[in-house]
Parts: sequence; C-alpha cells; structure tokens
Amino acid sequence: MNYRWNWSILLQEPYTEWLWSGLQWTVAISLVSWAVALSVGLGVGVVRSLPSGILRVIAGVYIDVFRNIPPLVQLFLWYFVLPEIVPETIGLWIKRDLPYPEFVTAVVAIGLFAGSRVAEQVRAGIEAVGNHLMPAALATGLRPMQAFRLVVVPLGLRAIVGPLTSEFLVTVKLSSLSLTIGVLELTAQSRHIENYTFQGLEAFTVATIGYLVIGLCVTGLMRLIDDRVGGAALRRAGS
Amino acid sequence: MSDFDWGVIVRSWSFLAEGMALSALLVAVATIGGLVIGFGLALMRLSSNRLIASPAAAYVTVMRSLPLVLVLFWFYFLVPLAIGRPIGSLASALIAFVMFEAAFYCEIIRAGINNVRQGQTEAGLATGLRRSQVMRHIVMPQALKAMTPLVLNQIIIVFQDTSLVYVVALHDFLTTASIVAARDGRPTEMYTLVAVVYLIICLSSTKALELYRKGRAG
Repeated sequence: MNYRWNWSILLQEPYTEWLWSGLQWTVAISLVSWAVALSVGLGVGVVRSLPSGILRVIAGVYIDVFRNIPPLVQLFLWYFVLPEIVPETIGLWIKRDLPYPEFVTAVVAIGLFAGSRVAEQVRAGIEAVGNHLMPAALATGLRPMQAFRLVVVPLGLRAIVGPLTSEFLVTVKLSSLSLTIGVLELTAQSRHIENYTFQGLEAFTVATIGYLVIGLCVTGLMRLIDDRVGGAALRRAGS
Repeated sequence: MSDFDWGVIVRSWSFLAEGMALSALLVAVATIGGLVIGFGLALMRLSSNRLIASPAAAYVTVMRSLPLVLVLFWFYFLVPLAIGRPIGSLASALIAFVMFEAAFYCEIIRAGINNVRQGQTEAGLATGLRRSQVMRHIVMPQALKAMTPLVLNQIIIVFQDTSLVYVVALHDFLTTASIVAARDGRPTEMYTLVAVVYLIICLSSTKALELYRKGRAG
C-alpha cells in the first residue's frame, strides 16, 4: 500500500474547523430527528396496540409505508417532491422562506422513518407486557381501557428502553444521509477534506472515531435510563 | 395534477430497468458474500480462543456503528490503494457492501447458533460424535431453521440499503431515476415512481415473510 500519512493535516486550518462543525451537525440532526422519532413512534405505537378502531388501521398503514421505502428515497420525496405537490403558496414558502431548509427536511425525513421503527418497538413492547399483565390488571377490577392506560402502556414502555437504544443508534447513522441534500455533517466533511487534501484515510478515521464515540455515549446514556426504570427485569418477566 | 407528465417513465423505461438490474446485482452479491464472510465471523466470535474471538467482535461492533455511506467512502478510497490501481466504483461498492452486511449476517448467524441449547451439543458429544460432526448434524440444522426468517428480512433491508450507492454515483435504480429527474426536470414523477416501486417490492416481501413465519409457527 502506497500512502503518505499526514496526520498534521487535520490540525491545519480550516480542516479542524470543518470536522468539528460536521460533528456538531451530526449530533444536532441525530438529536432532533430522535425527538421527532420518539414522539411520533410513541404515539403511533400506542395507537397501534389498541384493540380496534380506525386509528389503529391508520397507524398500521403509516408503519407499513414508512418502513418499506428506503430512507434516502423518503428524504428525496420530502426535499424534491413535497414543494411541487403542495398548493403553490406553501411550495414557494418552503423553497424561499423555510429557515435551514436542508436541516429541517433531513430531520423530518429521518425522524418519520425512524419513528415508524420506534412505533414497531413500542407495539412489540406493549404486546409482550400486555399478554402477561392484562389478565392480572383486569382481575383487580380495572376496566380494559384503564388496564391498558395505567398498567400495560407504562410498563411496556419501560421494557423497551433497551431496544430503543439500537433505534437511537440507527438514527445517528441515518443522519449521514443528509449529506445528499447538502448538509455538511461529519461524513460530508470528511469526504470534503479528502477532496481538498487527498488525505482521505486521516479524515475518514476521525469520522469513524466520531461515530464510535457518539455510539458509546448513546449506549451509556440509555443503559443509565434502563437501570433507572428497571427495563431489564421487565423484559425477563415478559419473555 | 394536470401538468404532470407520466410519459417520462415510459420513455426512460430501459434506462430505469438497467438501474434496477444493478440494484439486484448489489443485493445478490451483498447477500451471498455477506453470508459467507458473516458465517466465518460468527464462527470466530464463538471460538473460546480470545485471540480469535475478539478481533471478529471488534470488527462487527465497528461496522455496525458506522453509517453505510461512510463505509462506502472508506472502501471507495481504500480498495484502489490496497490493490495499487484504480478499480472503479462498482467493484469497490460491491466489496463495501459485502464487508458491511457481513457484520449484520454474522450477528444473525451467531444468534441462530446460540439459540440451539448447549445441552444438545453435550448430548451429541456424549454419543461419540466429533465437535465438527455435532456442528454439522445437530447444531446447524436447527440454527438454520431459526435464522432463515431473519436472513430473509435482512435481504429486504439490504435491498433498501443499495439505494445508498447514490453517493458514489453508481447507476442503481434510485440514481438512474434521479438522473432522468434532473435531465427532464421531472423530479415529482420520477421520485414518486421510485418510492412506489420500492414500496410494492418491500411491502409484499415483508408481508410474505410474515405469512411464512406464521405458517411455520402454527
């Protein structure tokens, strides 16, 4: 292998600055997308666990559609197609006046895709806990809706903190897709440095370490939360 | 809706079909190569020798923490360096896909093998079979049965993943459609088509897989 290493390139202006700003964009997109994914996923997942009703069907359609179109295609739909098919005034507003258009589009697209995955985890968690606890809750005299709301949903949500960790990590990885619509996040910046300096190995190494560190932080944080809510015990009880 | 021109799809049909053929090639190579290397990695991870198990574990953990886009860039850049001559984006993308998906297949295969209870291995050894015979005749048949639905599910995910070769400008289904979209100024028609085609293929495969799972369980 014929490659001249030059790690000092990363300490030169403006490359340090580029990588640092890329890391910040990656973190920002991941966190905001995750907030979208969690709120949508929790709502849809709970509705999907209801015994019947039109809302349950709608939740099922959302999960099926968003899980079965590649996230990159979804991103392009939001970015290129949405402004064309909405009424003209809204389309113009999206194109001209939406603040941080690439960032907002990426967050919506990644958040709603990840949300469909979170919804599936929520539904599975509620189902696993519900199979065991629903009869017990009903036996205490609660009505079915009360048992669902007061026992099954809260305990089901605690049981899925573990699985949600991997969904969070998936969201972090998905944030890299936003480079296709021009967000200069971590992967984009490392590619950028490769273009400018031909020192790709150094730049990609830094990006790789960045993702590993983010992954470790997320795993650590979620483990703390899991310990606090006793998720592991619930998962054992459910299986 | 009247100013949409769906004829653009008919006119670019053969170009799009070539793109879909490339997507299919990526899925096939990533799955076959990924399964072979993933099986090797799984055996390494199950080894009681830490010197064999830990490099495989580290490889799998790192691969699974990285975005596929970054892995594509890594190999796009590394493969020509390693070989010492330019090799083209298709070859490096194929290698990247095999090496990336191998980490995921490794975990599926390892879980499948771990799923077979330890007592079965001990019972097999007690009857006088050698370790490799136990693996081949007792553990693997049961492990294969447990991992088949997960492997099929992973193939659907790989199919969705192939759209990411867009970042190295390979002409897969999405990229050919985006080229037509830009050339003819028809993003709405082209991206809607791409979404619908992916949705039909992935959703019907997912539903078929669910039926297969239920049929086996019941």
